[in-house]
Amino acid sequence: MAAPPRPDSVALLDRFVAALLARGVVTEAEIAEQVARTDAASPEIGARMVARAWTDPAYRELLLRDGSAAAEAAGVSMAGMPPLGVLEDTDRVHHLVVCTLCSCYPRAVLGYPPHWYKSSAYRARAVRDPRGVLAEWGTVLPDHVELRVVDSTADYRWMVLPQRPAGTEGWDAARLASIVTRDALVGVALPKAG
Amino acid sequence: MRFAAGSAVRVRRDFPETRGPCHIRTPHYLRGLPGVIERPLGAHPNPEDLAFGRPAAKVPLYHVRFDQPALFGEGRPGDTLLVEIYEHWLEDRPMTGGPTARRSESVGQETA
Amino acid sequence: MSDATPAPATHDLGGAPRFRCTPVEPDDAPPDAFGKRVDALRQILARKGLMSVDELRRGIEAIPEAEYHALGYYERWLRSISGLMVEKGVVAAEELRP
Repeated sequence: MAAPPRPDSVALLDRFVAALLARGVVTEAEIAEQVARTDAASPEIGARMVARAWTDPAYRELLLRDGSAAAEAAGVSMAGMPPLGVLEDTDRVHHLVVCTLCSCYPRAVLGYPPHWYKSSAYRARAVRDPRGVLAEWGTVLPDHVELRVVDSTADYRWMVLPQRPAGTEGWDAARLASIVTRDALVGVALPKAG
Repeated sequence: MRFAAGSAVRVRRDFPETRGPCHIRTPHYLRGLPGVIERPLGAHPNPEDLAFGRPAAKVPLYHVRFDQPALFGEGRPGDTLLVEIYEHWLEDRPMTGGPTARRSESVGQETA
Repeated sequence: MSDATPAPATHDLGGAPRFRCTPVEPDDAPPDAFGKRVDALRQILARKGLMSVDELRRGIEAIPEAEYHALGYYERWLRSISGLMVEKGVVAAEELRP
């Protein structure tokens, strides 16, 4: 578990907010509104985009060419957000996203990054022993598949377009979206039909 | 834009963090390593200046592919890394050794 | 090429040997109230043009190594953001002192 903040950090936040409020830089209403807006983003958005790409070739093409436009088309406001890039898994290549320098993450379509994504262990090991990291999720790639680790260092935020698993023939987009987890959108897991 | 997709490059072996306060988006573990341009990613204001509130010129950005085993000697041959690197961190490299210019299967973001 | 490679900066964790044998904690929990509040402040201050994400990172990277690893994720953010607002004169250092 992520440890709770230290008392001196809690006190610093209180003093900092008090100073900002006193100077009229922010209001409590703005903070509450921002928290609510950030809470509203979740991996379900990314999952819907993937499910649509699996069932709509034109949308898949857009998603891979311009992730931000595809997010907008899915109802996500990308104004002021970093551009979204989407990397497609194939029979030959599997992508795994990490940010070794900080915690870059496609928050617009996945929400808050989970604790493990921000952890020192993940950041250190994903570029050094990525198959070992995947094994901790129970994910084992076939030998012939190239594992491509994407270290998110700069202006883009990266999401994985996983392969549609066998056994999902005839599923509608909602049912398909239900098997696309956050872990699959980062690349530590694969979607499974059952 | 200096490099096209498939160009052989090398990450500059430089360590500005030893020379004073700075903000660098080129990971330490890649400095000096050979790579191949996967695709250009447009031009973006230089974060090394943005971090200090200085005027920031736009710098071309590239997705660069590296061979995994070259990095730590631990990875599986055939596995790779894909990392965004700004142009001023890249130099030309003769096409011998290092990752080859084979095109990947994946299709991705085009430049803006 | 014979000169020794200097050590990476604290935040530059790719491949860091000290975490080589550390399992990744499978913790999916969303941020707590403290984290969400810090996160919201960062976005609001950025939208008002008072700071950039690059400045946030610079502030985090300036945290000394022992402190960096002792602090939680949003505790680092708070150190950086509050320090930046002092640096820019948005708040005064005295207002943040215990």
